[in-house]
Formats: sequence, C-alpha cells, structure tokens
Amino acid sequence: MKLPSFDYQAPASLAEAVALLAAGDGSARPIAGGQSFLPVMAFRLAEPSLLVDLRNIPDLSGIKISDAGVRIGAMARWRDLLDDVRLAEAMPLLPAAIDHVAHYQIRNRGTVGGSLAHADPAAEMPTLALTCEAQIDVVGAKGERVLAAADLFTGALQTSLEPDEIIVAVRFPAWAKTKRWGFEEFSRRRGDFALAGVALCYDETEGRAANVRIGAISVADTPIRLKNAEAALEGRAVDAASIEAAMAAASGEVDPAGDIHASARYRKALVGTLLGRALESAAGRKAR
Amino acid sequence: MAIGFEVNGRAVSVDCAPRTTLADCLRHDLKLTGTHVGCEHGVCGACTVIVNGDAVRSCLMLAVQAKDAKITTVEGLSMEEGLTPLQTAFKKHHALQCGFCTPGMLTTLHALLSEEPHADEDRIRDVISGNICRCTGYITIIEAAMDARSSYQSGEGDKA
Amino acid sequence: MKTHAHTSNTYIGAHIERVEDYRFLRGEGQYLDDVSRDGQWHAAFVRSSVAHGRIRSVDASAALAMPGVHAVITAADIEGDIPTIPFRRPNPTIGPYAQPVIARDKVRYFGEPLAMVLADTPELAEDALAGVMVDIEALPAIIDRESAMADKILLFEQTGTNVPTMFNADKGDVDAAFASADYVIRDQFATQRQTALPMETRGLLAEWDAQTGRLSVSGAAKLPFFNRTTMAKMMNLPDEAVDYIELDVGGGFGARGEFYPEDFLVAFGARKFGHPVKWIEDRREHLMAIGHSREASCDVELAFKKDGTLVGMRGALYINIGAYVRPNGMTPVRNAAQFMSGPYRIPAIHLDAYACVTNKTPAGTYRGPGRYEGCFFIERLMDQAAGALGIDRLDIRRKNLLTHEEMPYPLATVLPSDGRADTQCDSGDHRVTFDTCVKESNWAEKAKLQGKLIDGRYQGIAIGCFIEGGASGPQENVRMLLEADGMVSLFAGSSAIGQGLETILAQIAADSLELPMERIRVFHGSTTYLKMGWGSYGSRATVMGGSAVLDASKKLLDLFRASAAKRLGVAPETLTIAEGVAKAADGRSVPLAEVAGDRLEVDGSFKNNTPTYTYGAAMAHVAVDPGTGHVDVVDYVVVDDVGRIINSMTLHGQVMGAAVQGFGSVFSEELVYNAEGQLLVGSLADYLVPLASDYPVVRCVSMESFPSPTNPLGAKGAGEGGIIPVGGVVANAVANALQDFGVQPKILPLSPSRVWELIDDARLRA
Repeated sequence: MKLPSFDYQAPASLAEAVALLAAGDGSARPIAGGQSFLPVMAFRLAEPSLLVDLRNIPDLSGIKISDAGVRIGAMARWRDLLDDVRLAEAMPLLPAAIDHVAHYQIRNRGTVGGSLAHADPAAEMPTLALTCEAQIDVVGAKGERVLAAADLFTGALQTSLEPDEIIVAVRFPAWAKTKRWGFEEFSRRRGDFALAGVALCYDETEGRAANVRIGAISVADTPIRLKNAEAALEGRAVDAASIEAAMAAASGEVDPAGDIHASARYRKALVGTLLGRALESAAGRKAR
Repeated sequence: MAIGFEVNGRAVSVDCAPRTTLADCLRHDLKLTGTHVGCEHGVCGACTVIVNGDAVRSCLMLAVQAKDAKITTVEGLSMEEGLTPLQTAFKKHHALQCGFCTPGMLTTLHALLSEEPHADEDRIRDVISGNICRCTGYITIIEAAMDARSSYQSGEGDKA
Repeated sequence: MKTHAHTSNTYIGAHIERVEDYRFLRGEGQYLDDVSRDGQWHAAFVRSSVAHGRIRSVDASAALAMPGVHAVITAADIEGDIPTIPFRRPNPTIGPYAQPVIARDKVRYFGEPLAMVLADTPELAEDALAGVMVDIEALPAIIDRESAMADKILLFEQTGTNVPTMFNADKGDVDAAFASADYVIRDQFATQRQTALPMETRGLLAEWDAQTGRLSVSGAAKLPFFNRTTMAKMMNLPDEAVDYIELDVGGGFGARGEFYPEDFLVAFGARKFGHPVKWIEDRREHLMAIGHSREASCDVELAFKKDGTLVGMRGALYINIGAYVRPNGMTPVRNAAQFMSGPYRIPAIHLDAYACVTNKTPAGTYRGPGRYEGCFFIERLMDQAAGALGIDRLDIRRKNLLTHEEMPYPLATVLPSDGRADTQCDSGDHRVTFDTCVKESNWAEKAKLQGKLIDGRYQGIAIGCFIEGGASGPQENVRMLLEADGMVSLFAGSSAIGQGLETILAQIAADSLELPMERIRVFHGSTTYLKMGWGSYGSRATVMGGSAVLDASKKLLDLFRASAAKRLGVAPETLTIAEGVAKAADGRSVPLAEVAGDRLEVDGSFKNNTPTYTYGAAMAHVAVDPGTGHVDVVDYVVVDDVGRIINSMTLHGQVMGAAVQGFGSVFSEELVYNAEGQLLVGSLADYLVPLASDYPVVRCVSMESFPSPTNPLGAKGAGEGGIIPVGGVVANAVANALQDFGVQPKILPLSPSRVWELIDDARLRA
C-alpha cells in the first residue's frame, strides 16, 4: 500500500497555494494534516498529480474567541482544540464532540479544515458545523467567499469547493452561556467512525426550548439536520413526552444505508436512541 | 527531494521522493528499523514516532513533511545500554509478546507520560486504543504504563 | 499421576522475565522487512478481482514497459503443470482441491494470485499492477455452504462436488442413546469467517545462489522444515539445497507460516532471474490472501436423561473452507467433529463434518481451530437444555464433567483418518477447574444480578468449559553444544512466533543442566541449525521442544562426565555432577567451562504422538445496553490446568491474550463477502480487532494439579485454551442478560446491530 507518485509543494502563502492548485487542472490537491487523505491515497482511491501542503502558510491555525463566536483556523489540530481550556466555557459542545475524533496520534496531526474539506458524513466536524450554522471562510482563484456549512457538503466525501479553493477558517456564531447542548455518538470501538451520532443545542426560555438545532452523523450521504425532531421540540418543554416525540421524529426522518457494520434498520433506531440520550443530558445538565 | 531533519538527536539529510512516508524513510533510508509498519493506512499505530514532542503515525506523514523537525524513534529511547523505566516496566509486566507493536506502544506512551506524567488508567487506555496489539490483550501494557509513571513524575523517564 | 524428570527447578515454574524482550524493547528485533540485500527486486501480486471465473488472458506488456519493472511472472512462465501446495495431513479425497501456486485456467477466489511483478522498489512494483491487463469470464460465485452443497455450480468440475471430505466422528451407539433419552434439544448455530491477523504481515526474501545451486528463503515461521521440503520438491532440488531462515516473527496464531502460493512464486522469481526477491504483504492483501478460518455452522442435537445426564450427541457440522484445501485446511473440520464434546462425558456420538469449498479465500487454522466453533455450539446447547430441564446451569455441567477417575478418556473416533483418528484426554479432573472458576468469579453473588436491568444495562453471567489440544507430534529435535566460551548453545527445531520460546527453552535447559540461564543461548526455527525439526503449531513447542531439551541435557551431562573423568583420571561413574561442576570422590573437581575445548555436542529429541489436553472453565459477566446493542464485558475469569507450568508469566500472557482475541471473535471481527464473492473488508478500520479500551478485565488462574503422563515435563500445550470457550460463554451470558426478551443468540458475531435486532425482534413479537 505504497502511495502513488505525486509532486509536492509547501508554499509559504495562501496566494501561492491557490495559484498552484489553479495551475493543477483539477488534479492538484491541498493537504492539511493528511490523516484522512493519505489513507485514501494509500488505497489508491485518489492519485493527485500534486499535493499542495498548507503547513507553511502563516495564520491558518489558531483559535479566536470573541463576542462574535469562535473562529477556528483551518490548520488547527484536534489536539489544539482539546488543549484550549477556554472552549469548555465558550462552546462546550465542541470539545465534547471532538473527544470522539479518532485516536491520540491522529489528533496530533488531523485538522479542522481538513475534516471539513474531506466531508465524511461519519465524521464529527461536518455535523458540528452544520448543526451550529457555522460559516466557512474560503479562498480560491476567484477570491474569497463565505459558505454556510449547509452549502459546503454536497455528498459523501463531496463538497462545493472548487479545486483551487482552500478552507481558511470555520466560524461558529456566538454561543450564549445559557445554551443547552448534547452530544452522543456510538461507534463499534473507541475512535472508530460513528454508526450514528447526534449533536444538538437549544436555548431555554421560560422552560421552553427555542432555536433547537439537531444534527446527525453517519445516517446520510452528508451531515444532516433533523428538522422534524427539531420541530417536535421547538417551543416545548424538554421533558419525557417531548423527548419521546423527538426520538420518534428523528428515527422517522432518516433513511440511512446499511453496511458491513450495521443494518439500516439499526441505524434508524439508533439515531433516535442517541437523540434521547443527548436530550436527557442537555436537559439534566445544570443551567449555567 | 533533499530534506534535513533531526532523528534521535542526530542531524540527517536524505533524498526522498515525495511519496515516501516518514515510516519508510526512517526504516529504509536511515535504517532505523525499530519503527514498524503494520497497516500503512493509519490504524494500527505500530509506526508511531515522536515528532516535535507529539506522537504521530509515521505512515500518515510524508518524509518531506519532516523537514526541520525533531524526531524520536524507539531507537532514540534506547541510546544508552540498558532499558529505560518504561521499557523495564514492559519487561517486568510481560507487556509484549511478538514485539511487533512494541516500538509504537513505547513511543506513544513516552510522548504521553512526558507530557502527562499523572495520566490515569482511563487516559492511558484511551490513548493506547490507537495502537493495536494482537498478542497481549493490552492488560499488561496498561499495567506497565501505570508502573512507569513514577519515573516520568520524577523526570527520569528517559534515563536508561 | 506420573512422576516426571527430576530437575533442580530453579527456573521451571517461576515467573521469569523474558530474554527476548531486551532486543524488542530497544527496537533491535529483526523482522523480515528489516533485512535487505543488495540488488534485490521487490515483488507485488496481481490478484483476481473476480471470485469465480475462467481466465481468458493475462497481458503484462504495459506493466513491462513501466519504469523500474524487470519482469512479470504469470502462469505462462511455468512449464508443465502448475505445482500445487501439498497437504500437511492428506486424506483420500482432497487431492483435486489442492491450490495451484498461480491461477492458469480458472480463478476461484477474490485475491487469488494471477501474476507477480518484479521491480526495483515496492512502489514501482505496486504502480505496475495497474499495467497488467486481466480478462476473466465471470462465473456465478458460490459463497455459502448451502449453495456449495447444492452442487449446481462447481468449483472443480472434474470432481462433481463441492464437498472434498466429510469426516465422521463416532462413539458408542447413538441411535440407542437417543431412543433412551428423556429430553432432546436440537438447534442450529453459526460462527463467522475470521482471520488471525498477526501484526506483522507476511513477507519473504528469497535468494538463489547459482554457483552452489542453493535457495535460501527468509521469513519462515511455524513449520520451516515442512515448508523447506515442500519448496525443494516444487523446485526439483534436494532438501539440503533449500534453507528456510526464521527471523523475528510478529505473531502467528495459526495463520502465518503455512506454505502459501507466494512462497513458491517469490522463490521462483529469485531463481529465474538470479536476483534476491523480497515481498512484503500489505495489509489489504493480507486480509484477502492469508488463511481465513472459523466459518462454521451446525445442526446438532444433544440427548439427556431427566436429571441432566448427557447420553448422546448427533448432527452435522459444515465448515466453509474457501476455494481450495490449503495445507491445514482440514484441521478445523476434523477438530470441530472430534472436540465438540469438549470436557463432557458423552457416551454416544455421531457427527458428520462437511468441508465445503466456496469462492472465498482458502481457510486454514486460527488459534483453537474447530475447538472454538465446537465449544460455542455445545455450550449454547447446554445452557438451553438447562433452562428446558429446569436444572441449574452449574449443576448440569458439573454432572457431566470428566473426572480424574475416567482418565485417560477417549474422544470420538474421526474418519477418514488423518493419523489422529483416535485420541484421549490425558489427565485431569474437570470438576476442579470448574469449581475454581465458580469460586474465583464469585458466582453466587453475581448470579443475583442475572437478567437484571441496572443503570440501563441488562446484566448476564454464564460459565462454560473447554478442552484444548496441544503437543502435536510426531517429534522435535534439538542440538546442544558447549561453546569455547563456556556458553551452551541450544539449537531448536521449534519456531518462535512471539510466544517466548527462547525463554522457555532456556529455562528448561538451565534447570536440566543446573546452570544459570545466562549461560544458555537459544537459536531456533531455521533449517540451517538442524538436519530435521518440526516447528511450532498446535501448541507444541514447550512440550515437544522442551522434552527434547531434557533429552539433550542428559546427554550433554553424560559427555561432560566422560570428559571430566578423563581429566581427573577416574571412572566416570564415580563423579557427581551438580551445578555445572563434576566432583570426584577425593574432592577434586572440573567445572563445565574447563572442558569447553572438547567440543561437546549432542542431539536431543522427543517423539510423541499423544496430544496433551489442557482444560478449564471460563465465566463471563456482561452488561447489555438495549438501546445500542453494545455488550460490555464487565468481568471475565478463565481457569485452566496445564499439567505443569513452565513460566507463569508467559502462560498468563498466552491465556489473557487469547481471551481478548476471543472477544474480537464474539463481538467484532468478521470477513464479510458480497453475493459476487468480493471481500468487503479491506482495512483495519473494517476488520475490528479488540483495542485497549474495549476489554479491561480478564482474570486468569492457572493450575498444575494433574501433570500430563505423555512427556517428561508433565506439561501440556497451553497457547490456545484462552480463546476456545469465549464464544459459548459470552453468547450464553448475553442470552441470560436478555432472558426477559427470550433472546437466544445463534449467530456470531454479536455486533451491536445484531444484538439490538435480537432485542427488537423480541419486542415486536411480544
């Protein structure tokens, strides 16, 4: 499983990187941590002519926390997020979810931007971005643009990025300290891709849920929002009855595929189970 | 491509094709065969080395990406005669059988305990879950790591 | 109980740290890919992507034009008949099913070698695979035993059947037994296809010396001597012209070290072109190329008296052995038949065990071959029968367990004979290990949790029993040499596959020579050390190799006695020898090191065709999450009696490691094929072996109450027992946890998806 042959460049600026990609006729690929893409190449499922390594480009990493929310540079590694104690305060859903990403060594190289660009529906970051309505800053040959997370993911391992576009950062909107949240995923072993997962957050006003956002992992070709489950909770108290209704709605609205690890029927039920557990922990967690 | 980096305290320069992984470069260009390759797709952890203080999978890193890095392999944990406290604990607890996963276990645990000498059993299990061992069932590996913590707590973790 | 050889016993039985660890811990082990030769070429294999088909053409011209490519070997390069891989234990009907070393007319499994590319580097060799154009006319694929046994589509048209062999296991009058029974339980079960998955993939380095006409093959494991002879025959060379060299081996577990097609092809390339050829199997091809195992199903009945006394067992076992009969392909089939009765006294047995060929990777052995499968089947039946008869599951087992008074106890006779038709449990009292397991596992307390929902998880416990065969015959050899530096070199025919052979044999040699272990150097495995040896398979190295060491030690001490007597000018029989010193009656003495110049050298051997039977019991306590179907192994206790413990630390390592492998078998490891016969598992992200976070608790207790009478050490093979009971015990624990739902797991693995579906089906039924 040796890698196929390719050229390699590690430019020192974004402009250079974009130019290299643009000149590559679609067969040049940017590489961040490489923790997902190098295995793809090892299986020779991708054979790019040129890898443009983003590691020498300044200002692509870093985590900025402000009133506007949390901005994570594309080259920030999983471990940078887990090491940043401010996040537990600023957006606790993030570290809770990222704790499920792969293993120790992978987290030392894998990046947030790489995960978004890889667009694996079984990964955590794409669903987090979608659920929290994050904005993705992108730079390409035609200039900068901002993509809503919902517009980034177009299919399994497919995005709306042009071949010359590079993700610069992901920006999560402001997170009210009183926000309630939950994250549950289930995988066959520690660090494996989830058989299903749920990320959610909502505001609570006068005992009722508002702005309910529920995203699911690994039950479709892309990360998806569970709109029916959201509707089942919006404006209601999060209690046994509404949780049950949301669970049923979640299982009802997904149409997952079966594979060698789990049947479709199981995944459909599992997403409801996990939603129930995530809601219970969200509701049960002490209000801050 | 010609690149230079530091391995086990020694400056080296190699000429590698871009597609050469760090693992293959260490093993075949630099003859540091203590780093083992068990899957070449980033799952088994046998190829773990320490790059600038972080444990990483050397099959998921290109040699050209190691430019100017400081790398420690299992050989770098064994510079002097004798065994380090972690290696001694592995022997004492029978934390290895065929020995193939062992270099990756040692580098991973060395990186972890250097940074987190008070890591508890759950943390150690969690970290080592990225390294596959087919022989031991892991229980003795966890015992060895727990036993070796005291040497890291006293700053003697890398002394043979 | 028989007395065994006297030793001073300083090392044997102790907790001795391993001598091989030092080099492994310092990264100084030498595995196959750590060795290279100047001018070596690298091999890569073109493998069939079609499971069943007729080969129209294999065109390598594009590959040959690629940079760095020296040659492409296809079936066309082999003159005459394609050599086939021989059987380790032949029987009258399996001949036509042997695997040719390369496919010429037909492919029969996904992954079958079609061509070998030789290039300057592994990268270039792999690049060139895409340049070999293969045209295959696809035939319908047979993937399960039902379609195999229908015999409508045949893998080997000339034989007229997809069943190479049916073994019968027989004992007593089974019809009479069933006629006399008060209660009969019948059920069907299945275990899934798996592989051993050693952490080091296979690899070979072949070198041909045209001047001397010698072939050297590095990368040996398990049985170098058999493979050497096989290779010599295929190459039309005398045995002495072929060396098999054993380096450090990254795990075996039954699969590694058998003779595979690549063994021949790599050597063929080296000889044809005069360049050393190296091949390192990659992990993806490992999953499709190394031996698979464990795909078994059954339809069996147990007959009982009202009080739970077993009177008979009958039924059929079906083993899906894949596309060819590999060297060891029949072992799981015949073992399942012979050992399914396990440690239970069953006076009448009739089992038909069918080997079925299908378009899947050919199967061989994996740790506890046939025994794991059989144990799952019978333990599931025992628990269900206990429930139906209203007998406590401890009592129904204890009532039927073999006792010391019944030893040696004959198992069913298996025909056609492969040389092991008759066998008997050699020693032991199964009630002792069983009761120890009950006590160690705190059964009485745990039983109170049975079926209870605690913190959202259903608790279940179960216990089961097993026997493990070991000490496979027929012989093992060693050579012992007193070196000029006073060290004793021990050359062993046994192989090291990660089990600590160097330590074990050094312990035995040191004790029997009464020398410190530091004075013993162990060399093993390679055919260059001994004229003939056997290796390490069927948990044999400690008993067979160790007993041969005892023989050699005795002979070496005799030579020492003679040498010392000569020096002292006394009669040899007047000397006393202790701790490496020969003492005369007058007080003068000669230490061993002083006669080092005499080149004392002896051959030792041990012949034995009587297997040993380690046995024991295991308890599992599980907790099942009904929402996810996840099963947690809360506690696991395994108790075995190994006759005599040589090294308690390595023994526990074997048992614990095997138990955790068993959890992988029960819960997660599965080689899944689609209907077209394509293997859907191609990475370690899909073949799910246990991780460090999965099974934190395994407790082992090893006993040595009943030494084996079969060998002077009194020891029994003990590398496999840990895995054998896991399937049955864990599945029973899951059934017990879910007793309120009436869930009865019959098919492994118990993946979360499957467990949840069992629960959900029960809910829907209710």
